[in-house]
Amino acid sequence: MNWSLKNVLLFAGMGVLLILVGTMQSWNVALAILNMCLISAVMALGVNIQWGYAGLFNAGVMGFTALGGLAAIVISVAPVPAAWDAGGARAILGLLAGLATIAGGIWLWKKLRVSKTARIWLTALLAVSGYGLMRLILDPAVDAIEAVEPALTGFLGGFGLPIMFSWIVGGLFAAIVAWAIGKVALGLRSDYLAIATLGISEIIIYFLKNEDWLTRGVKNVNGLPRPVPYEIDLQGALWLHDLAAWVGIPVVEASSLIVKLNYAALFLVVLVAIFWLSERALKSPWGRMMRAIRDNEIAAGAMGKNVTGRHLQVFVLGSAVIGIAGAMLATLDGQFTPASYQPLRFTFLVWVMVIVGGSGNNLGSILGGFVIWFFWIEAEPIGLALMNFVTSGMALDSPLRLHLLENAAHTRLMTMGLVLLLVLRFSPRGLIPEVKR
Amino acid sequence: MLIDLLNALALIGNFVVVPGIAYGSQLALGALGVTMVYAVLRFSNFAHGETMSFGAMVTILVTWALQAHGFGLGPLPTALLALPVGMIVTIGLCLGTDRLIYRYYREKKAVPVTYLIVSVGVLFFLSGLIRFIIGPKDQVFADGERFIMKARAFKEMTGLDQGLAIKTSQGITVITAVVIVALLFWFLNRTRTGKSMRAYSDNEDLALLSGINPERVVMITWIITGALAAIAGTLYGLDKGYKPFTYLGLVLPIFASAIVGGVGNPLGAIAGGFVIAFSELLVTFAYKRVVGYLTPGDWVPDGLVQLLSTDYKLAVSFFILVIVLLIKPTGIFSGKTL
Repeated sequence: MNWSLKNVLLFAGMGVLLILVGTMQSWNVALAILNMCLISAVMALGVNIQWGYAGLFNAGVMGFTALGGLAAIVISVAPVPAAWDAGGARAILGLLAGLATIAGGIWLWKKLRVSKTARIWLTALLAVSGYGLMRLILDPAVDAIEAVEPALTGFLGGFGLPIMFSWIVGGLFAAIVAWAIGKVALGLRSDYLAIATLGISEIIIYFLKNEDWLTRGVKNVNGLPRPVPYEIDLQGALWLHDLAAWVGIPVVEASSLIVKLNYAALFLVVLVAIFWLSERALKSPWGRMMRAIRDNEIAAGAMGKNVTGRHLQVFVLGSAVIGIAGAMLATLDGQFTPASYQPLRFTFLVWVMVIVGGSGNNLGSILGGFVIWFFWIEAEPIGLALMNFVTSGMALDSPLRLHLLENAAHTRLMTMGLVLLLVLRFSPRGLIPEVKR
Repeated sequence: MLIDLLNALALIGNFVVVPGIAYGSQLALGALGVTMVYAVLRFSNFAHGETMSFGAMVTILVTWALQAHGFGLGPLPTALLALPVGMIVTIGLCLGTDRLIYRYYREKKAVPVTYLIVSVGVLFFLSGLIRFIIGPKDQVFADGERFIMKARAFKEMTGLDQGLAIKTSQGITVITAVVIVALLFWFLNRTRTGKSMRAYSDNEDLALLSGINPERVVMITWIITGALAAIAGTLYGLDKGYKPFTYLGLVLPIFASAIVGGVGNPLGAIAGGFVIAFSELLVTFAYKRVVGYLTPGDWVPDGLVQLLSTDYKLAVSFFILVIVLLIKPTGIFSGKTL
């Protein structure tokens, strides 16, 4: 960590931008942006652990984010007893059969001492029959669960625990899946790894969209419980009325500001904790080893470092951080909507954050998360204002003007592309470059 | 008994073979573009799906203009008339991005993963540009005759219970793909320029020593890639309807096709396209009625007899990709040459 004058100024500039939004648009918007900035910063830290420390290109950020969202449901939603009675036990048995198949397949693949062709066919045979068995057990359970009041529930529900637990569990889910992916894909070349992770993240989203018994699929889970008070409860409190009168804003606005500030405080704690741990790791001998592996795998391997093992470790750690951010995101939204996970928004945008902020530098990633999220949101009003200015000379009902105004929101994708390309070209090490040690 | 067998075949033909050939051709054309870039410029172009989308968009805009002025091809879709314009504009786009963006990294001899991130930037920019110009919604631009053979006509012709329909878009896809692939192979194997491209792809230093101009090779590669992308994007849009966001999802099956066949190998790209297309359809096809026809009596299974729900199509290309990468990373037709 180095708090040079330049870095302080960069963060101060970011703060000024948020304050400008607060005074010019509204404080509610500014705080909403701040909350998402904090979550984005955590995501960017996760990607930075993988890319900046170890040079792994993970194009599956979206998938790990969504797994965090899944954790939010599984932990916080109240269980649906009718669904559990209908097929809960059978569904778990089916999943166990699936897991047993995978384990058996791997065991067979490793232990079988026959020719390669025979090994492929035997493993495939086991996989197909095990898959059939799983479907035989699982399918009736799924139908039974999804038939339980489909308009209201139609899924197993969760454990009904406080939603904050899901932040840890989200990290855990992401870590487990990352471990499985890493086992398979980490030996691949960088661009193959990118393609493989991109594919896996899409499959995770398809899974969450279609396995209604677990996630309600595209019917979404709304009204997740909150870790912070509800606006409506705050509005009944006397101290809030006094506070609002003292500041001079309506009570409704004051309550919503306080809720957002609560979230911001919680997210800030997580961000600082992860940042501190990441910095500690980067400075430790482990961090030096990771950089050595990143910069020259062959030399590091020759020095006796376990390159594959370390890659797996750092892939799991980074994905866990992304999973935590995903659970935080679902908590903030108060809902889980699988259809809203798009690769441009959840994978590639986070990549822009890391590259623009400065890959390899945790402070840079945080700044990148803030700056890019800020402009991702503010590009819309800025783009609209720009279009209004450009089209001001045209007739009010000119089709070109209407088209430009209608599609102005998409300029933000173009802006992000341009920002990424310009940074790569003229300042490839980012806003806060990696510190050469 | 024989009738039942024929009915089962017609059923598979209608839902697997015909769509599989069309989809396979689209994937093959897309994978050819990816593979050409990989063979010559040596990076995986994540923006290829958006390049396809861009080509389709230009074609659609020209098609609308033609339709508005009353031009058409009768039974064939007007888009075919507009396609050359789409190809030229897309080629211009590819040459422009190379000139403005990729060339700098080539001169710096950047590592492949840098190119990859750069192509993500291009992907962002293009997807924004496309949505800005044509909007994020679905667009319909197919016109002319919808079917070469309608299901009912087939039933009347053969007297079977099951129909076999062939859409015009499917016929056009296959014919275009055959023509394009033939032209491409003739170019690569018979012309001097094509041979110089293969030489460059095979061994850059040796090619430079024998006086091949690398910038020219790169330019021709982008020309071919742009043309292929516009064609593949338009054919896919004609067949399945044009939605800007689907083209990002196409990147995975396209990469899978290229890798399964052996990245950098055009023949492999074509084979890979068909492997992926047919696996997707075979695994997600509901065999219920086929089993009904092939088993004696009136017995029909309860379930759909479907290996995987249709929603998991993408998972199929991914699994094939992973299995190939694990068992034979160089693909079916190994080698890194054009």
